[in-house]
Amino acid sequence: MSTTIDPERHAMGVSMKRKEDPRFIRGRGNYLDDHSMPGMLHLALVHSPYPHARIVKIDKTAALAVPGVVAVLTGEDLAAHGLAWIPTFHGYDKQMVLCVGKALYQYQEVAGVIATSRDAAHDGAELVDVTYEPLTPVVDPFVSLQDATLVREDREAKTNHIYHWEVGKRDETDAALAAADVHINERIVFQRCHPAPLEPCGVIADMNPGTGRLTLILTSQAPHAHRTVVSLVTGIPEDKIRIIAPDLGGGFGNKVPVYAGYVVAAAASVVLGVPVKWVETRTENLTCTGFARDYHMDVEIGATKDGRVTALKVKTVADHGAFDAAADPTKYPAGLFGIVTGSYDFPTAFTELDAYFTNKAPGGVAYRCSFRVTEASYAIERAMDILAGRLKLDPSELRLKNFVRKDQFPYPSPLGFVYDSGDYHTTLQKALDKIGYTELRKEQAEKRKRGELMGIGISTFTEAVGAGPSKHFDIMGIKMFDSAEIRVHPTGSAILRTGTKSQGQGHETTWAQIAAEELGLDPQNILVEEGDTDTAPYGLGTYASRSTPVAGAAIAMAARRIREKARIIAAHLLEAPLDDVEWSKHAFNVVGIPEKSITMQQVAFAAYTNPAPDSEPGLEATFYYDPPNLTFPYGAYIAVVDVDKETGYVKVRTFLAIDDCGTVINPMIVEGQIHGGLAEGFAIAFMQEIVYDENGNNLNTNFTDYLVPTSLETPHWDTDSTCTPSPHHPIGAKGVGESPNVGSPAAFVNAVMDALSPLGIEHIDMPLTREKVWTAIQAAQK
Amino acid sequence: MFPAAFDYHRAGSVDEAVALLKQYGGDARILAGGQSLIPAMRYRLARPAVLIDINPVADLGYIREGDGMLVLGALARDAALERVPGLHDRHPLIAEVSAVVADPVVRQMGTVVGSLCHNDPAGDWAVAALASRAQVVVRGAAGTRVVAIDDFLVDSFTTAVADGEMALEVRFPAPSGRTAGCYQKIERKVGDFATASAAVWASLAADGTFAEVGIAVGAAGPTAKRITAAEALLRGKKPTRDLLRAAADEAAKAADPSADGRGSVAYKKAMAGVLVGRALDGTCKRLGIEAL
Amino acid sequence: MTITVTVNGTKYVRDVEPRTLLAYFLRESLGLTGTHIGCDSSSCGVCVVVIDGDRAVKSCTMFAVQADGREIMTVEGLAAGATLHPLQQAFWDQHGLQCGYCTPGMLMTSYALLGKNPDPSEAEIREGLSGNLCRCTGYQNIVKAVQQAAATIGAEAAAVPEPVAS
Repeated sequence: MSTTIDPERHAMGVSMKRKEDPRFIRGRGNYLDDHSMPGMLHLALVHSPYPHARIVKIDKTAALAVPGVVAVLTGEDLAAHGLAWIPTFHGYDKQMVLCVGKALYQYQEVAGVIATSRDAAHDGAELVDVTYEPLTPVVDPFVSLQDATLVREDREAKTNHIYHWEVGKRDETDAALAAADVHINERIVFQRCHPAPLEPCGVIADMNPGTGRLTLILTSQAPHAHRTVVSLVTGIPEDKIRIIAPDLGGGFGNKVPVYAGYVVAAAASVVLGVPVKWVETRTENLTCTGFARDYHMDVEIGATKDGRVTALKVKTVADHGAFDAAADPTKYPAGLFGIVTGSYDFPTAFTELDAYFTNKAPGGVAYRCSFRVTEASYAIERAMDILAGRLKLDPSELRLKNFVRKDQFPYPSPLGFVYDSGDYHTTLQKALDKIGYTELRKEQAEKRKRGELMGIGISTFTEAVGAGPSKHFDIMGIKMFDSAEIRVHPTGSAILRTGTKSQGQGHETTWAQIAAEELGLDPQNILVEEGDTDTAPYGLGTYASRSTPVAGAAIAMAARRIREKARIIAAHLLEAPLDDVEWSKHAFNVVGIPEKSITMQQVAFAAYTNPAPDSEPGLEATFYYDPPNLTFPYGAYIAVVDVDKETGYVKVRTFLAIDDCGTVINPMIVEGQIHGGLAEGFAIAFMQEIVYDENGNNLNTNFTDYLVPTSLETPHWDTDSTCTPSPHHPIGAKGVGESPNVGSPAAFVNAVMDALSPLGIEHIDMPLTREKVWTAIQAAQK
Repeated sequence: MFPAAFDYHRAGSVDEAVALLKQYGGDARILAGGQSLIPAMRYRLARPAVLIDINPVADLGYIREGDGMLVLGALARDAALERVPGLHDRHPLIAEVSAVVADPVVRQMGTVVGSLCHNDPAGDWAVAALASRAQVVVRGAAGTRVVAIDDFLVDSFTTAVADGEMALEVRFPAPSGRTAGCYQKIERKVGDFATASAAVWASLAADGTFAEVGIAVGAAGPTAKRITAAEALLRGKKPTRDLLRAAADEAAKAADPSADGRGSVAYKKAMAGVLVGRALDGTCKRLGIEAL
Repeated sequence: MTITVTVNGTKYVRDVEPRTLLAYFLRESLGLTGTHIGCDSSSCGVCVVVIDGDRAVKSCTMFAVQADGREIMTVEGLAAGATLHPLQQAFWDQHGLQCGYCTPGMLMTSYALLGKNPDPSEAEIREGLSGNLCRCTGYQNIVKAVQQAAATIGAEAAAVPEPVAS
């Protein structure tokens, strides 16, 4: 492999093959469960069958008698170590690790059994004898808000109401709605679902008496944040804690929260002095780990009769489950829901939200949601289509009429964001042209004459990612910067470490591409490492599409720091004044003397063999990047569907996604992200839901009941892009990982509702199962 | 999830299997494909004390055609049917079912006989077996008996196979003359059990009337259900649009599903009718007749 | 009980409990961690291995004792030393993986699929892979990868000269 680089070749924007793939295609990945330590014990958890119950007694005797069982831990045992409760990431609540006195949701963790083998641990777990006194569960947030049954006796305020949040101008918005020619008001529900990555969560906890350090090999999307939390909760100093996030088999927000198994394994290791491994089952993953969504939104839009929107009001009831464990930045209990004005220029807007406890698993912020942006985007895109229907305007026309215009950026939204850049008209027009929108509408008109149900659905979302500026964003007090550390070796290759943690997004490749572009090095020779808190610089991890906006920027800035020092070395080597030395065409050149040129490789060698006077040897830099703003990727998605009236089956005939994420590092990787997110949006729109029945039973506890579409159901995706760089980002990149999940559910639902509109059906909540569609058609045809 | 402990025995022959079944009685389960049993054991919903593995029994995976029958041995895998040349022409109903049971990997191990013995109310093979008027050969210590499929399927997860017995083969009638069938299934995704399913099997007499008709629905009761009223409507008659619709309506009426995550009672009943209608249409098309 | 299993051409003799699932045997007794575990209900397919040369099987739905005397190929057996199998190369070329967790299962199912159907259509590929779930890729590039591998294997087979009759 050559270490010289063609000065005309750029690494940015190149669809280079991924550097991480060689180990995965050989089955040589290092996922959590692939790891083992000598003397390691296994942990299995015991779960409550009741959604709400007092725990009267826990009898460990039979479990302890199982050969191989070493210990059984309960909430009481953890309390003795001060670990019965831990703070939630949002910071204003705490949650039980194991049940303390009560079980608050079905499958809540009640006890942990530690044994010499996995089989023995599960045999033991079956025999832990728990006596419960069932209580009435609260399952419906609209019942919870009546406070007839209290979910959380431990809290000071004796109410199920967790918090109220609002932003915008209430009175002005109410007045505008009252005065509007047309006023729509729709209850739009985003159902509870679950990110369900294929690799479940787990940990190996090793409190090593020999080193005095607690090492956690942990399925963590945010290892440094987890290390700090572990330190705060256990009192173990951070230098004595090491968290290693290995290869992760998908995250999608599922591997951000702290789960009972992690804490129990760590406590067990502390008590027993040996490593303890916990790997959850799929059932545990679906029933105990952080769910997503569960927002009940009343959306009101006011408009003039020719289709100019005048006001937006959204009132939400949020079902948080038994603890407020929504992993939001501290000042944003409802995440970035304020993006709900979307791509439209609303003169005024107001949104408020009330969150309630119920006897369900905790969570809320997960599944590629960008901190509740999925809920907000779905609400506004659905509502705009409902408005279009009321106004008898084509939905594309309504959007084009109300988009924020290109010349309005940076655009201050009525709900407090400043959108960095966008060209919504161009992107939507590109989508309409590419899909042949006019022809499709003609086809639809023909089909409608024959009573066939064909639908076209548009979603023009704007989302907010890249959390975030220290002025506004922190997680448990830690500001949401991110970091990069780059060290260039004498022979011109480099190592790069960041505070992010890929779960499949391809950072080992894309981060190398950024650094390679900035430094004139070969990306194949830039080793990228993430996930080990002993070596990586502090960062807040990877979720909410923040990695490229924040850590990507840190990489560019760290590389530029290196370039500045390299320029000094170059001036020394070129024997030219520093001011005459510039970086262009991936080399240091003396202005006006083209033959006096030197590459970064040559500079790197000199940094160690012939350092510049008054300059340290070596060539490295660290940068902690505090973003000045969020970034606002956006897109235009169009779905075409055909509905089978007899069965309610919806066939997605075509799906076109045009995404604008600003500068693209690796188009192949971006396209892959889009494909994956669209598949998730498709699943959510048509088949995914976590349902608790009226008795608090979780009905979707495994992959036979919680449905992940296969290659056969999943449609083909057509993708394209426009490029509106972010003006405040060092390389103009905005991030894109969550956009497809943010934007696509509305496109699917809008398409189905468009198909059903001749029957007078205005809205159906997701998932649009065959039965829901069929039932609506039956009712309309009566 | 991890199964509870059990004792494991291999049977090298059917006689050995039967002897082991006699020895262990109700504590023992046969392990053939294992694609229903093992998941149940992982959840500890099934906890047999003894597993008798019949996979080592040689020549139990046969698929034989002849003597007016298609016969499948106890170890005939779903996927093996997909590889029988021309099966779709001779036995379209069977071929169609074999392509939609579970998923393509599970089908490599899953067996037709095993599926019948498991008798999940939403299983596919029971529906096709009913429509085809299949028979199951059962062997115990006392000897062999042939059980008509209507008698074989007793209740959810319950068949005529008694303790100490095992099913040896299933026989699908294959009379000469014009016969055809069709399977229709609604599943939310590949690998899901049926939300609703329907199997039709019919033979035509020389005068173009239905000589024999089998109509069954799945996920429509404790076990797959024969729609005798629909069969009676069609037997001896020429197919007409109205007759086929009436038969489909009978299916919707007779269907007795339970509500679950896959659908409400109303939806499943309606779909039973829709799918019987489509299966009838498909069968007529394959018979080369048009319903007027 | 003692079982003898040949995995990727190597014979192993091991003691196992009857209840040990094949997937865990491969991972923990033999240290072949390329085969993964992702669900409890035989739905996800990350555990797929190939038995007796050509049959894809979900190794979480089979006991290790059932593999006694059999030949198994796991993802670790696909490459010939440093030379990748055309499927592995194709998954890499076509960006058919992101987190990599479903990849071994996808590779083994594809291997068996191409063994039976060397020139599958897109519909046949999608149908053939419908027992394997992926959360990251949306399947599209996986399909492209299998198509590339089919073409490569087909071209290689066509390039092999017919043996001269002796």
